[in-house]
Amino acid sequence: MSEFDQMYREVILDHYKNPHGHGVLDPADAQADGQNPLCGDEVSIYVAFGEDGETIDEVKFSGRGCAISQAATSMLMDMVTGKTATEVAVLDKQELLDEIAIPLTPVRLKCALLGLTTLKVALHKAKGTPLPDGLAGFDELELT
Amino acid sequence: MAVSTVAKKLDAHTVRADFPIFEQEIHGKPLAFLDSAASSQKPRQMMEAMTAFYSTSYANVHRGVYVLAERATAALEGAREKVRVLLNAPDVREIVFVRNATEAINLVAYSWGMNNLGPGDLVVVTELEHHSNFVPWQYVAGKTGAKLAMIPLDDQGELDLSTLDSIAAKGNVKVVATNQVSNSLGTINPVERLATWAHEQGGIFVLDAAQSAPHMTVDVQALGADFVAISGHKMCGPSGVGALWGRGSLLSRMEPFLTGGHMINSVRLDKTTWGDLPHKFEAGTAPMAEAVGFGAAIDYLNAVGFDAIAAHEHELAAYALGRMSEIPGITLYGPPAERRAGIVSFNIDGIHPHDVAQILDMNGVAIRAGHHCCQPLMQKLGVAATNRASFYLYTVQEEIDQLVDGLATVRKVFA
Ligand SMILES: Cc1ncc(COP(=O)(O)O)c(C=O)c1O
Repeated sequence: MSEFDQMYREVILDHYKNPHGHGVLDPADAQADGQNPLCGDEVSIYVAFGEDGETIDEVKFSGRGCAISQAATSMLMDMVTGKTATEVAVLDKQELLDEIAIPLTPVRLKCALLGLTTLKVALHKAKGTPLPDGLAGFDELELT
Repeated sequence: MAVSTVAKKLDAHTVRADFPIFEQEIHGKPLAFLDSAASSQKPRQMMEAMTAFYSTSYANVHRGVYVLAERATAALEGAREKVRVLLNAPDVREIVFVRNATEAINLVAYSWGMNNLGPGDLVVVTELEHHSNFVPWQYVAGKTGAKLAMIPLDDQGELDLSTLDSIAAKGNVKVVATNQVSNSLGTINPVERLATWAHEQGGIFVLDAAQSAPHMTVDVQALGADFVAISGHKMCGPSGVGALWGRGSLLSRMEPFLTGGHMINSVRLDKTTWGDLPHKFEAGTAPMAEAVGFGAAIDYLNAVGFDAIAAHEHELAAYALGRMSEIPGITLYGPPAERRAGIVSFNIDGIHPHDVAQILDMNGVAIRAGHHCCQPLMQKLGVAATNRASFYLYTVQEEIDQLVDGLATVRKVFA
């Protein structure tokens, strides 16, 4: 398969055209908005916890983005449903990248990880779980 | 960028041979580089000038009494004179070397704006500005209590000048800051009129020429500007050097932007006095080799001829607009070919610009996808991002054909 066919393989295009968990939860137990400053793309993540207040019962996303960011976030919705906030906070980004399984340049990596980063920020705001790599360590970060 | 009738014709294939970057393939395809508006490629002549400077004349400039320091100083000052001639500035002391156009605009926004703006004052920019000519003004207006006002765009992507009176009614117009050519839409703006209007209001006119100077003659005196900002890297020069031209009478009354070495007249424990122009605005070691490269790039562009460059790009823009308008589902942004520089922004229905650009890259075509540092404009257009193809003196028609073919592939993938 050419590099090209790999990147836009069928499963990516399927998720892009029919994203899982696309929508809004209002009210949500945890919520955050993320931006990709490189391209102006935006994603909002909404989480509802189950009875235990820990397990992700439902998670949705809205916003706009390229096929890679939309497909990756769609896959992420499937991956994290039923996991606890603590588990997701430490979810290795490689797990999501393995699921996406396409060669990504550094710029496209930002697209692919926008949803995960934003989800971790939402959980941090609601539950105080650790921030994702790259955001952790600064005290006065403005988190939206 | 009117097509000059006397322009000698430019042979882009010959010009291209001066640019080593094109001697390679990308993903097994010839490189179609359609992102010159972000930064241009470099001719061998420019790189050789920098190498020669490093090899024969390098030392820190000014003050040194030895031969190398003299040579380096002469090279730096020679480059300054080339910038002066390029811009038809009255006096070489009005040319300040900076890192890029962004720094040039910040210099004006801080050194002039912080000391001359206050509540009740207006800074007027346009919806077409690059963040470089928007954010510094927004920031300084916020710090000084001045207000920011925007000249809106019409549906063609051109400035709606019928709004000027109502803008002037909102406060004292102190600064009018616009670009001459929009990096997003390619619009060529009526800057002489805006300069006249700014002066009628008692304000200054700041011109962001980052995107025009590479492609057309920018004559600061004919334009009636007060400050003009350019970047070397967009006009065949190296990264890391740009220039600000400012009216001497304004520059001499301004506070410095950065302070430190070189920009002083004398330093005493109780008081430091500023150096003469342009040194007052050139704190620290200058981008010497970069300035030399910038000068060589100006020589190169002059040898090709700005009229020929403008005519060539105009021809390419018209060709690209013609071919691309036939693509189903395409939206082309910006004015008609007669009133635009070699820039074409577009979207393809339902396909994100990142995906377009990625698939094009696999076809060897480099375009830019994103907001082009023009988020206010993107908001106006109602999109997050666009695709942008931009042309320069080395762009050949075959590259546009490669783009059009690539776009057919994009549509196939997302069909
Ligand atoms: C119209 C315009 N203004 C300003 C800039 C900023 O130039 P630089 O990044 O070299 O400072 C650019 C470059 O993208 C531009 O196109």
